[in-house]
Amino acid sequence: MSTTTAPETTEVEAPAQDWKGQSVPRKEDRRLVQGQGVFVDDVKRHGMGYIHFVRSPYAHAHITSIDVSQAEEMPGVYGTLTGEEVAALTDPFFQISSVPGANLKDYALAVGKVRYVGEAVVAVVAETRERARDASELVEIEYEPLAAITDARHAQDDGVPTIHDDAGGNLMWHGTYEWGDLDAAFAEADKIVTIDELHFHRFNSTPLECDGALVEYNRGVGQWTIHTNNQFPGFAAIMMGPAMRTGLDKLRFVTQDIGGGFGNKITSHPQLVACCLLARKLGRAVQWTEWRTDFHMSMSHGNERWFHETEVAVKSDGTLLGFRTKALDDAGAWLRYEPLGGVIWAQVTPGMYKWRNIRVDFTQVATNKAPVSPNRGYSRMQHLWFTERVIDIVAKELDIDPVEMRKRNYIKTEDMPYETPNGCVYDSGDYARMLDIGLELIDYANIDQRRLEATARGKLLGVGIGSTLDSGTNNFGQSRMINSELQFSGNNEVATVKLDIFGEIVVTLGTTPQGQGHETTAAQVVADILKCSVDDVHVRAGHDSYWNSHAGFSGTYASQFAVTGLSAVKGATDLLAAEIKKLAGAVFGGVPEEALELADGGVRIKDNPDAFLPFMACGAIINANNAGLPEDLGVTLNCRYVYRPPFEVPDIERKFGNLTLTYATQIHVAVIEIDPETGAYDIVDYAAVDDCGKRINPQIVEGQVMGATAHALGAATHEHYAYDEDGNLLTPNFYDYHVPHALDMPPLKTAATESPSPFTPLGTKGMGEGGGAGIHAICAAVQDALRGHGDAIVSDSCNPYHRVWEMLQAPAEAGGRVSVVDA
Amino acid sequence: MSTVTTSRSIKVTINGTTYEREVEARKLLIHFIRDDLDLTGSHIGCDTGNCGACSVIVDGSLVKSCMLLAVQADGATVETVEGLAHGDELNKLQQAFKDHHALQCGYCTPGMLMSATALLRANPHPSEDEIKKGLQGNICRCTGYWNIFEAVKAASE
Ligand code: FES
Ligand code: FES
Repeated sequence: MSTTTAPETTEVEAPAQDWKGQSVPRKEDRRLVQGQGVFVDDVKRHGMGYIHFVRSPYAHAHITSIDVSQAEEMPGVYGTLTGEEVAALTDPFFQISSVPGANLKDYALAVGKVRYVGEAVVAVVAETRERARDASELVEIEYEPLAAITDARHAQDDGVPTIHDDAGGNLMWHGTYEWGDLDAAFAEADKIVTIDELHFHRFNSTPLECDGALVEYNRGVGQWTIHTNNQFPGFAAIMMGPAMRTGLDKLRFVTQDIGGGFGNKITSHPQLVACCLLARKLGRAVQWTEWRTDFHMSMSHGNERWFHETEVAVKSDGTLLGFRTKALDDAGAWLRYEPLGGVIWAQVTPGMYKWRNIRVDFTQVATNKAPVSPNRGYSRMQHLWFTERVIDIVAKELDIDPVEMRKRNYIKTEDMPYETPNGCVYDSGDYARMLDIGLELIDYANIDQRRLEATARGKLLGVGIGSTLDSGTNNFGQSRMINSELQFSGNNEVATVKLDIFGEIVVTLGTTPQGQGHETTAAQVVADILKCSVDDVHVRAGHDSYWNSHAGFSGTYASQFAVTGLSAVKGATDLLAAEIKKLAGAVFGGVPEEALELADGGVRIKDNPDAFLPFMACGAIINANNAGLPEDLGVTLNCRYVYRPPFEVPDIERKFGNLTLTYATQIHVAVIEIDPETGAYDIVDYAAVDDCGKRINPQIVEGQVMGATAHALGAATHEHYAYDEDGNLLTPNFYDYHVPHALDMPPLKTAATESPSPFTPLGTKGMGEGGGAGIHAICAAVQDALRGHGDAIVSDSCNPYHRVWEMLQAPAEAGGRVSVVDA
Repeated sequence: MSTVTTSRSIKVTINGTTYEREVEARKLLIHFIRDDLDLTGSHIGCDTGNCGACSVIVDGSLVKSCMLLAVQADGATVETVEGLAHGDELNKLQQAFKDHHALQCGYCTPGMLMSATALLRANPHPSEDEIKKGLQGNICRCTGYWNIFEAVKAASE
């Protein structure tokens, strides 16, 4: 036990016979399997106009002129919007970064210059989608092309073009993180392993539904209603309000069903501003549905990251003492959520390992590529991939078994809660046990035999382990490590629960689910407290900021619903339960609360079950039949609760503090077989073991594990936003960007352990982003399979067949460069 | 200058209801179904014919309705996800999707259901491999497909 700043421990509830813990069928499914969901593109208004964005064909160019007159004259065209108008009507978006990134002037449309292929330059609105598209072709834009930067490693070279003159160069943010005693660690080491370069590639989760909005403007009250699939309306609001020079109450966000998000739908605020300006300018509702190609070219690519000059201090027996590295992040052309990726990784600084001396020099630069934004596993995935690569590279160099290497260095269950070198507190977990379960699922005991069998068939078998943490419930105070001026800290989420006039139990959430089944799991929590059936609990679908059930951090992102959302639901329901008893006590003529209990859809006196007041009577009394109730009763049966996790503001100087509340864990084990003739490989066995504390609905949890695994396998093998040197995206649609299809799916075995979080009201941990483990597992499996066949070091997170083939042909050139020296 | 005809009247029967509408010649069938008829169950996930979110059955054949013009469907009989349930009662396949957690966001689901419907009509008892082949044209980004395979298998039993 080495914790010093653990948050207060709360008691975990006993599970006996609860709705919680059961795989209750999802409430959402009935509408969705009938095509009755309401997704953003399904929302229509009379006379609405369709928006089409005219986008830059250049990666970097001055805009010398824009002429929209021909487009505007086309019959059926309602109007246009240009960057010049946007710059007059709005202020640049607030920047999270300190200088130099703070100086960027980012608007809803390009102003004066374009900085990546696909950047929106003009918006055209017409009576049909087809007409808007046709008219877009009549917009005349003249460009003066500039040289482009597409390789972050050269963004700061002498003589390269500057993407943002306002920033005075391509450096956006830089920070140094150092904890422990690096000199002592390297002095104590027996060996120092140096890794020249590791590269985590650019991809994202490509939700099947693209971004969109339908925006109406109410001129009389100056208020916009934004039907959208943005997954973090709280963030969109604080970006949009100041830019649009309006109060946040004038921006009403409404969502219902969202076709996947995965973080990629957080930063649509520029397009939403364009929609708002057009709705006001044209005096009609406007709708925007992003085309798939537009999504690929412009939305939320995951952070591409390089790790240079990595040095690892290690004892001969494999005990890891520490590392230092230089991380270089490619932010793309704008900082839309960045440079938060420059600190988010620190939630999992040591990965799952005990090393305590760590230095990371972090630099983020701009390039002429699409802006990066959160993507499932945001920034932690990159860092965890790095730590896992380091483990397997060091194990290989020291000739230590990767399983042994992990078990020797994993943080142990008896050390939980464990304070990491940078002050994060890992709440619970048993990594070694999870690894054993994963190994057993793939029959690791017989792996040597299977390797021989594969060899006999001419195949190279490899086993790889990926272990990751899915840190959840952010302490937004970490943003101050990026910019000490920022006034964010902590986190919150809201729920309201009420009894309506006929006794209906109505739950309202602040979240914006995209398939995570919030209606179902919230109902499970409520039903346990109110002692009723989940079927009696009506959870409103989606989010509406006019419901007064949201707070600054409301949304669905960053693995937190099971903690923030459900704790808010629990809090509100506990309040309601207490009010119901208070009311009943008064109705029964002064019966104390302790003598009452909830049961069978009502409240009764424990010793006299005949004295029973159904919820319907409670709702009716308070709402419509309240004469004669005591004046000071203080019961509304409409309870709102804001859950606020126990956080302190981190120590900015030392970059020290607890950055997330929970640390769910995933261990994946992959077995692959490579055909050495071609480099093609099959995943022949695969296990995913998950621990997210108490599971409210195991089937939903397993679904998240499966989905995250599929994302990882796609990213590890194929998915890549590749650019040519002129800045053209080579994979702008599902033809070229190969996401896994049905026939790509390997056999999958899943298992779960439950280590309740001692820090959360329900023992839950946020989860859903743990897929990074699959990327590590595949990298490790490829490296293992190449043992004795060139011994290449896998140094890239994406390993399509041709790269494996290259590693087989020319291991030294195609693989990573590593050296080991005796210290 | 002669006037070019850019629109035309078509007659399409969808889930048993016949619709007669004037459509722009360039309008895609999926946009006709979703925008003009307000049958928004079928979805759009791409602009290259790769994702299958728009899958419907036209005259008995499974098609991606973003790959057809509305005018090409003149006279056709179309089945969409809205026609699967019997009144309020889910059909076997829909129920199996629900039981096996074969959907998360539900955006791919209507297309998946139509592909699976076409598959099971042609091959009532498909093997696992045949199920995968039958769904190869439909992308799901949430589930990793595993539970979808289970659901289709269950519905075929
Ligand atoms: S929308 Fe038809 S295949 Fe993607
Ligand atoms: S359930 Fe979301 S895309 Fe399939």
